[in-house]
Amino acid sequence: MKRITIDLWVGAFVAAALGALLFLALKVGNLAAFSTAQTYVVQAKFANIGGLKVRAPIKSAGVVVGRVTEVRFDNESYEAIVTFNIEGRYQFPRDTSAKILTSGLLGEQYVGLEAGGDGVMLKSGDRLRLTQSAVVLENLISQFLYNKAAEGKDEKAGK
Amino acid sequence: MLPTSTWARRMAERALLAATRQLLERLGAGVTARVWRLGFASRFFLYMILHSGVAFRRFWLTVREIYFAGVLSLIIILVSGLFVGMVLGLQGYETLQRYGSSEALGILVALSLVRELGPVVAGLLFASRAGSAITAEIGLMKATEQIAAMEMMAVDPIARVVAPRFWAGVISMPMLAALFSAMGIFGGYLVGVQLIGVDEGAFWSQMQASVDFREDIMNGVIKSVVFGIAVTWIAVFEGYDAAPTAEGVSGATTRTVVTSSLAILALDFILTALMFTGGNAR
Repeated sequence: MKRITIDLWVGAFVAAALGALLFLALKVGNLAAFSTAQTYVVQAKFANIGGLKVRAPIKSAGVVVGRVTEVRFDNESYEAIVTFNIEGRYQFPRDTSAKILTSGLLGEQYVGLEAGGDGVMLKSGDRLRLTQSAVVLENLISQFLYNKAAEGKDEKAGK
Repeated sequence: MLPTSTWARRMAERALLAATRQLLERLGAGVTARVWRLGFASRFFLYMILHSGVAFRRFWLTVREIYFAGVLSLIIILVSGLFVGMVLGLQGYETLQRYGSSEALGILVALSLVRELGPVVAGLLFASRAGSAITAEIGLMKATEQIAAMEMMAVDPIARVVAPRFWAGVISMPMLAALFSAMGIFGGYLVGVQLIGVDEGAFWSQMQASVDFREDIMNGVIKSVVFGIAVTWIAVFEGYDAAPTAEGVSGATTRTVVTSSLAILALDFILTALMFTGGNAR
């Protein structure tokens, strides 16, 4: 076979492979969505993060505005410190509150942001003051059982 | 006790001792031969890496081998990828719709292809399509004394024949795996969205939300590079080491396919354990 023909085929092969990788990166993966955008870092302390994982989405009004980058345990306050990146084009007031929510009944957990009313916006490295922990199903059930038991006692006492 | 029975017993003891000794000798010889061969293969690998300057200086040699190893494997890789993706779409839908989450089909197809099936199945196909061809070619060159002729002309056969084939395999393998994954996802899309009727927006957006470029796609690419090195190394070594007879070449070709397939599966387990469990444990 001629050299030119082989060169042509190999060139086409390499181009197709690069195209496939590009397709995987842009259409299948989330490369375009986040790594190109400017982000800023915000931290929040939670008493309990439930099953929150690194790379979990940060949502506000249901729109994904960032991702969790780090979860670690603070040895002084015995609480969890969650660090997350928020896209630069989304600005939030300084008194924004963060909640750990669950998508669906047993779906994956994410951080929900609710904007406050402060005029000053969040900067990179700020820490959110108002947080609400994840709902732990076991605690919820035991609370429910205690309430039921207390109700039963009241009824008996009332009789 | 009769003298004959003592004699018989002594003979039996001696026979047993001889049999044990023979067994141990055979075991020792087998182990030594394998260790020697592994050492030879490692020295061969090192020598090949150190003498691969020609493969890059005269890049045409490598390009020609990319044509034979990569371009000619395209058909089987693309068709298998398409069908693997289509089967994943069908089977995945079958299971997911029982739990009412058929929109997650995109995640299932993309993650299983990008992380595992793409590199592994493309590697297995590459080993049987291109690896065996490389072994047979080098083995035949040795059997017909072309390698010896090169040495006579002071041309290093490892630099001139082996290294370009090795680098061509290492370059082709990740590209073939990427094409396999892309084709498989397209196949899953064809079956899932076009045939069964999963919502197209949910299919792609859920896929994009859970496939990470670095964690999933790059790790898949790293896997395919490792498999490419393993398969082509085994292929060129078996070819170079083949007995210079028709029987030797055919045996070497068979060994290439078997050894490299097992190597791919073992390496895949190790790489998966290193790459993906660390992240999930957090």
